[in-house]
Amino acid sequence: MSEIAIRVENLGKQYRIGALQQGGEHFSYKSLRDSIARAASAPFRGRDKAAARERTIWALRDVSFEVTRGEIVGVIGRNGAGKSTLLKILSRITEPSEGHAEIHGRTGSLLEVGTGFHPELTGRDNVYLNGSILGMKHAEIARQFDAIVAFAEVEKFIDTPVKHYSSGMYLRLAFAVAAHLQTEVLLVDEVLAVGDLQFQEKCLGKMRDVASAGRTVLFVSHSISSVQRLCNRALLFSGGRLTLDSSPEAAIAEYIGGHLEATYIEAPSASQPVITRAALLLQDQTLLLSVEFQSPFPLSPPVLSFVMHNSLGAPVFGTHNYADPTSPAVPAASAGRFEIAIPAGNFRPDRYLFSLQLSDLYTDHCAREMALQIDLTGNVGGELPPQFFGNIYLPTTWSYEAMDPKPTS
Amino acid sequence: MTPATGRELEPLRSGSTGSANVSVPITFIVPSRGWVPLKLGELWDYRELLYFLTWREIKVRYKQTVLGVGWAIIQPLSTMLIFSLFFGKLAKIPSDHIPYPLFAMAGLVPWTFFANGLSQSANSIVTSSNLISKVYFPRIAIPLAEILSGAVDFAISFVLLLGMMAYYHQAPSLRCIYLPLFFLLAFVTALGVGLWLSALNVEYRDVRYTIPFLTQFWMFATPIVYPSSLLHGAWRVAYGLNPMVGVVEGFRWALVGTETAPGPMIAVSSSAAVLILAGGAFYFRRMEKSFADVV
Repeated sequence: MSEIAIRVENLGKQYRIGALQQGGEHFSYKSLRDSIARAASAPFRGRDKAAARERTIWALRDVSFEVTRGEIVGVIGRNGAGKSTLLKILSRITEPSEGHAEIHGRTGSLLEVGTGFHPELTGRDNVYLNGSILGMKHAEIARQFDAIVAFAEVEKFIDTPVKHYSSGMYLRLAFAVAAHLQTEVLLVDEVLAVGDLQFQEKCLGKMRDVASAGRTVLFVSHSISSVQRLCNRALLFSGGRLTLDSSPEAAIAEYIGGHLEATYIEAPSASQPVITRAALLLQDQTLLLSVEFQSPFPLSPPVLSFVMHNSLGAPVFGTHNYADPTSPAVPAASAGRFEIAIPAGNFRPDRYLFSLQLSDLYTDHCAREMALQIDLTGNVGGELPPQFFGNIYLPTTWSYEAMDPKPTS
Repeated sequence: MTPATGRELEPLRSGSTGSANVSVPITFIVPSRGWVPLKLGELWDYRELLYFLTWREIKVRYKQTVLGVGWAIIQPLSTMLIFSLFFGKLAKIPSDHIPYPLFAMAGLVPWTFFANGLSQSANSIVTSSNLISKVYFPRIAIPLAEILSGAVDFAISFVLLLGMMAYYHQAPSLRCIYLPLFFLLAFVTALGVGLWLSALNVEYRDVRYTIPFLTQFWMFATPIVYPSSLLHGAWRVAYGLNPMVGVVEGFRWALVGTETAPGPMIAVSSSAAVLILAGGAFYFRRMEKSFADVV
């Protein structure tokens, strides 16, 4: 029987953004002096509401969804879409402006690792302090202490003040405490975006254990691969609204680039060099990229770079005409067109995004990140093996011979 | 349903498969308007966190210092010496028939607890902004921990005070069983004012700069340097509106046995302290919901 773990209805959060009279977007602190002065001059100010009005924004508006127990839900969206605000409201750190939410079960919030860590205290002290801050009881922390220290791999240093730890040790210990929270509901905000790759893999593994133990997880992340690997459902936020509630694949596809095209056009400028047109075309097993540019002054020589990214945003291959020996020497010019043919036979079927950059020998002029996209679906090369790691298959050759085992002791 | 944030219920879940009668806390998150209930029960739930926050303050305060805990004594001790020289010897201010240094010290010990608790709690919310923006717990624990951690310093300087009493051959009076009451009054006052100031400081950052001036002024409005017997009649009772008057005079009276019995002054002081605390607590709770947004 599925039980509700989290229910959110019409949740909204409004923030004030600094008084207009102060200019700028930052919320400035009030001072008693200013408040008293403003109060004293109020009778004389009359209907001058405009100067005193403050702009407000809705960081979240009209958000409704339900999460049943045991679901692992990813929350994705651009920066400023409202993901962290949602988590803050569910963690009761800030109040909603409208709507309501309910959470069934104890909640553990991981909005940051190492909250409350004090550099002067030892690792041991900080584990107890941080655990207590996260909501664990003293007995619970004591019971899990050895497991926490073992996970963090800092046994030898557990009684040294944390200010002597390397940043890696610090993060491992901080995450280890958080990873041993035993609450029924976990709210996690991008905390896996820290540490080296090996550590991130460890954290992912631990999150998977947590998830398979039947706990409910709401997981905000920018790492699309983490969301793909961990979650069975994803919520896409945009501009403070919940725009899609669906499978991770669907949400990710919508997030990355429902709006990207295989053609890019921009008007030429009178003040600086601009890439005016770029287009991608797949012909047989070759990817054709054509790029036109126009510049108010001659570029000597014009240098066009491109980088291919996979759907996770990781760069896969890139080069530019000045570095690539197969490119002809390009004389100085104010306008021109590059035609680049990229053999596409060895690429993994995926969506690829192209970033372009126009420069001359010393200065970068026009950079367009992820300006183009194309899906290399099916089997472009026809003969790629079904399983390999990475986006480009290199035809490796293997050979093997048996050996006699050597004595071990 | 009255609007309130984070109210926890413990319903019995009947009819669920498997474990019957497992109670699961449900948290309701709703916007609250205006005055918010104090929810002291929740503070009790978080008592372990309060303990850890206090323990952290105490442990960290004197780390890597040469004098360590000696700093707890230096402040009241040096102040007492200066006062004894200038107010006691040179200005010859009366001291209720006990040696002036003892008179001053008996006032300084509870005063230092109050003043330090005040100045540390006033800025505590702002300096704990990283905690407040990332974790939920009743925010009242922060200034409370600051004041509680001062109790250790108080205990140490109290020992010094006892030492001084031995030096002056002044036996403690039987009334010293009342001492904890006066300490409690000082605590209540410190917490009350601390809650007001820490909540105000989040919104109006210049409050922090008024603290040194405030404590200085307040000290002279309290009978530390002079005895309250300098005032008479109705003035004395009005003077009791400063809760620290009741604390200091009462503390001295209970410990050292000055002839000035506090009387109605104490009643006024205690009422003032309780009012300040109640007002501070409600104001703090009302402002608490916007701390994470403003700090």
